[in-house]
Amino acid sequence: MSIEVRGLTKRFGNFVALDNVNLEVPSGELVALLGPSGGGKTTLLRIIAGLETPDTGAILFHGEDATERQARDRQVGFVFQHYALFRHMSVFENVAFGLRVRPRRARAGDAEIKQRVMELLALVQLDFLADRLPSQLSGGQRQRVALARALAVKPKVLLLDEPFGALDAKVRKELRRWLRRLHDEVHVTSVFVTHDQEEAMEVADRVVIINEGRIEQEGTPQQVYETPASPFVYGFLGDVNLFHGRVHRGRMQIGETELEVPEFAEADDQSAVAYVRTHEIDVAPASNGHLAIEGVIRHLRFHGASVLLELDRLADGQVMEAEIPRARFDELGLRKGQHVFLSPRSVRVFPTRKPSA
Amino acid sequence: MEPAEDRVSAAAVREPRWVRWTLIAVAFLFLAVFLFVPLVSVFVEAFRKGVGLYLAALVEPDALAAVRLTLLVAAVAVPLNVVFGLAAAWAIAKFQFRGRSLLITLIDLPFAVSPVIAGMIFILLFGAQGWLGPWLQEHGVRLVFAVPGIALATTFVTFPFVARELIPLMMEQGPEEEEAAIVLGANGWQTFRRVTLPNIRWGLLYGVILCNARAMGEFGAVSVVSGHIRGETNTMPLHIEILYNEYNFAAAFAVASLLTFLALITLAAKSVVEHRRPVLALEPVPEGTR
Repeated sequence: MSIEVRGLTKRFGNFVALDNVNLEVPSGELVALLGPSGGGKTTLLRIIAGLETPDTGAILFHGEDATERQARDRQVGFVFQHYALFRHMSVFENVAFGLRVRPRRARAGDAEIKQRVMELLALVQLDFLADRLPSQLSGGQRQRVALARALAVKPKVLLLDEPFGALDAKVRKELRRWLRRLHDEVHVTSVFVTHDQEEAMEVADRVVIINEGRIEQEGTPQQVYETPASPFVYGFLGDVNLFHGRVHRGRMQIGETELEVPEFAEADDQSAVAYVRTHEIDVAPASNGHLAIEGVIRHLRFHGASVLLELDRLADGQVMEAEIPRARFDELGLRKGQHVFLSPRSVRVFPTRKPSA
Repeated sequence: MEPAEDRVSAAAVREPRWVRWTLIAVAFLFLAVFLFVPLVSVFVEAFRKGVGLYLAALVEPDALAAVRLTLLVAAVAVPLNVVFGLAAAWAIAKFQFRGRSLLITLIDLPFAVSPVIAGMIFILLFGAQGWLGPWLQEHGVRLVFAVPGIALATTFVTFPFVARELIPLMMEQGPEEEEAAIVLGANGWQTFRRVTLPNIRWGLLYGVILCNARAMGEFGAVSVVSGHIRGETNTMPLHIEILYNEYNFAAAFAVASLLTFLALITLAAKSVVEHRRPVLALEPVPEGTR
């Protein structure tokens, strides 16, 4: 079932949690709402679930207005960051809950409920723990029970609020691969909230980046990573270096260095910021005649297959970072204190806001 | 990690043996003098003139009336305060609203105010010369110096017990389980009965026990509004006082022994409930993704 969000605004006192948000989630997709905490993504998710009411705007399920529909009638599955399992019920009863609270007419018989619950527990690979209490499970197991519980009522939409946020790194990685596989199996329209860009990139079909109550950009993981629409997105997805300078007639001046920026051919001495990802920088021991930024290596960090150089820019002492393959590093024989020349392979320039306009 | 820290701090504050023994001895001595000796003396005094007189004092019509009234008042006050306590705790723990902290403060009012004053307030409101007195009289309702007034005063004095017990519990548990239940399609009643109530049942029971003990033992507020009509508006504590003032010590202590007995039962029930309060932190199953 598709979800459509139209002109959604939500305030908490003076704080604007959502500011005229529009969003479409096509049926069957797995979409990540990505952004820093306090950016409004959880509020958006809770409004879709009906746990929060918007000040203005509408929620449509499958083209039908569901804004006024009660949470219990929305047929959504919701997975909470801290699991919210019913602590006094066994794993089995937790999963069975949604089936047991149905109106008598629509309620399945005990045998049918048992079969459905065991199926779901098998799906999340926890059928051997059916009799345990939630407190006897690990975090990862609890979250899988929560997922089975949400899926038990055959929701039209699955909503997950930072589902892996409370888990440690290794379990988190395992679970998100598992979620991806699960989604490929059950194909329920899913929206999940995360502040972890790696998680969003790995799991989602589409990523929606939310900051300060607004959608900054949406697209496939590749699209948002390769063509960030705003400085915020650039900064949020991956490590970047920022260079402040001025653009003028297709060229950008950064200190003593000049970059070609053809998309700013019309610019007339405007201040701008250049964004360069740390792994999109070439390092050379000598100036190769190209426009390069000179720096001194301050620190080396070894990250398995790559090496992260921390440098001071010679012109103004600004800290820069460059990540190069281990092989390249060995080939150059770089060491601390060495002078090197950096040339960005890919630059994205955003004009900084003019003071008056 | 935590047990290790505990050990460290325990070692850091470890006192010499004589200090520990002195503190323990002082605590026990204090308990003996102020609690145990009076407790024993109540029963000794009650039986001083023999079992026959003891039983006679209990089955005497005025005493029976006092017992009956006390039970009636508790039967009114406790359920009322369970309902109020649940409502208040729910509101405070699950919602943010204007006046929330005021409500929390007001719940404590009966603890802060002397019960005598609480009684006076009811006289002032509902007494013959009170604000609402004439109106009540016109409609033939008698609150003060009658059973309804006693129930009212008792309810007032005991109303923090259940709420106080539930608020921290429900705040700690947060609204998430209820939200999960609602999203899964449960209605309000199902959510309360299947999720909220099981989560708070031991806290609730604990509050009920304390509330009941206080409701049966309340003296000050009830004394003001009761009017001390023998066999009609005397609760057990008031009956005891009257007997005592009449120098009928054996009878006074006989009835007192009933109340004391009730207190002992309350203590026992309380410690049972405290034991039953779930400490379910059992060993987690190791992460297994077969």
